[in-house]
Formats: sequence, C-alpha cells, structure tokens
Amino acid sequence: MTDTFEPVIIGFTCNWCSYRAADLAGTARVKYPPNVRLIRLMCSGRLDPTFVLKALSGGADGVLITGCHPGECHYLEQNYKALRRYLLLRRTLTQMGIEPGRVKLVWASAAEGVYLAQEIAKLTEEIRVLGPLNWPKWQGDFKFAHDIPVEHLEEVAA
Amino acid sequence: MTANGKPKFAMYWAASCGGCEIAVLNIHEKILDVDANFEVVFWPVAMDTKYKDVEKMEDGSILLTLFNGGIRTSENEELAKLLRRKSKLLVAFGSCACEGCIPGLANLTSREALMNTVYRNEISTVNAEHVRPHVSTQVPEGELHIPEFYPVLRTLDQVVKVDYYMPGCPPESHQIGAVIDLVIQVLQGKAELPPAGATIGVSPSTVCEECPRTRGVKNIKKFTRIQDLEHIDPELCLLEQGIPCNGPATHAGCGALCPQAGAQCIGCYGPAEGVLDYGARLMTAFASVIDSQDPEEIDQILDTLVDPAGQFYRFNLAGSLLRASKPAWQSS
Repeated sequence: MTDTFEPVIIGFTCNWCSYRAADLAGTARVKYPPNVRLIRLMCSGRLDPTFVLKALSGGADGVLITGCHPGECHYLEQNYKALRRYLLLRRTLTQMGIEPGRVKLVWASAAEGVYLAQEIAKLTEEIRVLGPLNWPKWQGDFKFAHDIPVEHLEEVAA
Repeated sequence: MTANGKPKFAMYWAASCGGCEIAVLNIHEKILDVDANFEVVFWPVAMDTKYKDVEKMEDGSILLTLFNGGIRTSENEELAKLLRRKSKLLVAFGSCACEGCIPGLANLTSREALMNTVYRNEISTVNAEHVRPHVSTQVPEGELHIPEFYPVLRTLDQVVKVDYYMPGCPPESHQIGAVIDLVIQVLQGKAELPPAGATIGVSPSTVCEECPRTRGVKNIKKFTRIQDLEHIDPELCLLEQGIPCNGPATHAGCGALCPQAGAQCIGCYGPAEGVLDYGARLMTAFASVIDSQDPEEIDQILDTLVDPAGQFYRFNLAGSLLRASKPAWQSS
C-alpha cells in the first residue's frame, strides 16, 4: 500500500514571499511534487492553528506552513507569531498522537523558488515515510469495534 | 400532555458526575416553578422510573429533556436515541453533553490503557484474578450482559440531533433559572423559543469580557501554575501574570467567577461564539503573548506550559476537530 501512497499536503503560503517563491518556481519550470496544495494567506501570521487541525482531521497527511524570513515580515513581526503558534501546535499534536514531522515550517523569500521546491520535495518524501495519517471521518466510514454506525443526522443544526 | 394537563419534563445523566443534577436543584425555590409547570416523568437521580416506562411513552410526548453527560457506553447511546425520539426539545445540558468535558479527556488514551489503569495499575486496586468487564458473561443461571464501553467518548450531538446547547460545568444556577423562566413563558405564549441549535444560558462574548481584572500589554516570559506562585496580583489579568488562563476563548455566562477568586479560567463554558476549535483559539492567544522571537527561547518558555493538550482541551477534547488522540481512535 505504501508503494502507491501519495501524501496529501496542505501548504499555507504568505502573499508577499512564499507564494511568490512558488510562482517563481512555476515560471522558472522548477519541478516539485504535485502532492502539495497551496493556499495563499496574506501573511503567515494569519495562520490560525484551526486551519492545520482542520486539514489533518479532514484527510491531509501533512501541513506545510511558509512565511517570510525572520525580520522580513511585510507586517513587521507576524511571522514570529506564526513561529510561536507552530512550536506550540507541534507539542499539542504530539500529545494527540500525531508525529510532529507532519507539520513543517519553512521560511522562503520571493526569490527562493528553487529552495521552496526542494523543501516541498523533502517534506513529501518525509511524509511518504511516515505513511498515511487516515484521521477518521467519524461519520460514515468510521466504525467502532462494535460496528454501530453514528446515526446520520437528518438536518444538522449549524 | 399528561392527565393533569402539564407538559412533560425529563432529565438524564449519561457519562457525567452528577453535578448537573445538583445544579438544577441549586436553583432553590425556582424548582417549585418546574414542579408547578411540568410533570416530571423521568429523572433517574430523583425518582424511580424504568427505561421501559420511557419506551412506552408516545414519540415526541416529552416537551423538554435536559440531557447531561457524554456518550461513553452503549447504554448512554441507547438512552440518547430513546430520549431523542420521545422529546420535542432535547437540550445538551452541561459541558459533558455539549463537548465531552472531563470524561472526554479519556479520549487522549486508548481503551486498553484506561482498562489497565482502572483494573490493574492503580495502587488501591487488588485484582489478582485479572477480572475485566465483558459485554457478556456466562453464569450458571444464564448469560449476563452489561453495556459496552466504547473506544472514544462522543458528545451528544455526535450521536443524535440536539435542539439547544447549555454549556457549563455545571451550568450556573442563575442561567438555569433564566432558561426555565423562558420555557415557562413560551408555554404561556409570552415569549418565543430561540432559534434551533442555539447556545442558551450564556452571555455574549468571552469570559475576559466579564472579568473585572485590568488588561494591559501581555508579554510572557514564563508560564506559572497557580499553585507555584507566592503572590498573585489581585487586579491584573492572570494571563499577563503568566498564569495560563483560558478566558480569551471561553464563552461568557459564568460571570468570570474563577478569575475573580484569583484562579484561572479553565474553560468549562466551552468555545465562545464563532470558535470552531477551542484549543486552536487558545493556542493562538497564548502564542501571541509569548515575548520572544528566538526559537530556542520560545521552546524554553513553552516548556513551562505543562500539558498543552490538557490545558487547551480540558473540557473540549471530544468536541474538538480532532475529537480523540490517535491511540484512542485506533483502539478497539
């Protein structure tokens, strides 16, 4: 199964640096694995840990968080907030039984297209080694040992 | 409606401690209003009724059911489904039913580890025969059955549809009183029910909003547990003093009782409005106030925050996005 396992990685990019790095990688025809799905944020400081938890619980095998190099944030120091959230989130995820290697933080400037592509390739291989995360969907395909499915709710109140 | 014309009321406890029942009695003389306006048909802690009495009732014949406790066993699940069928309004009452609460913290651990702790490892446990609970047991008289213990605890709305949520561990008596008043007014045609799925018995915003402590600029170099502090400033925000206070993410409704008494908010009123994952909101808040830009120093500061998962999900683990740790959901 692991032979054909293609990890799904959600990548969060910063509008001012890493998103442009990915763009540069594209225009420069630098190849990187298609396993990463990039989502553009205005800043890595916008990264709410909720996004990471939602990605992992929703079927992603890994998450890549990217931002401007320390000292180069477009909004002065929000990337430091992202750094602190990332370090705190990793500790919490470890307690939840999720390997910390599934979530990675990479700084990449707008000029570092090749570097970002390398980091994406590296993370893809690391997660391939870790294997699928397969977080349960809890409804439908998730079955408890006794095999009583969770009752489907006719009209779920928001 | 019963013979005396009064609508029916029920209350049930699943995986909970019984504190919610005490909280209902703690509304003092208002409990007489409950009696005056409702026929109490099912309330295991207060009166002797059997499950089969509930089964015999017509579907939808109970007007109001306050359901407290999470869904830990097959018995809990059966009763949740039964009471859902019999009730017009099913209220997830208290933190356990809303979001898992303390019993939900067991979702950090596999079922095997839980059983080993209770039936083998505890110092006070003497169990030389290695007795473990089994769903069915053969005895000379025949086969005995007990409810199955599920691998993870679920919240009430993860099992059946819930009409209203009333958080708190337990809900505060003035909030319970206000909700009961409201239901009585609805019965008399003087008020309307809140929109379906609403969280009731709460105040808008967060605990910080109700907290009288002064808030300034938060810069934390170290987290300290409250028991390790010699002196706590009585006026200043607890989080600013490095005490991990869950106020910023927690729904208002309690009147900020704990911070006023000098203890940090532990988050029993659950996620504030618009918060998808309670722990994530707290991680955002805590990480924002750490005063360092150096990864090594940040790690040292985080070392002083003992047990992040327990801090961020003390009441909300079963109701969080991840719901349970990997060892827990893998165990069967």
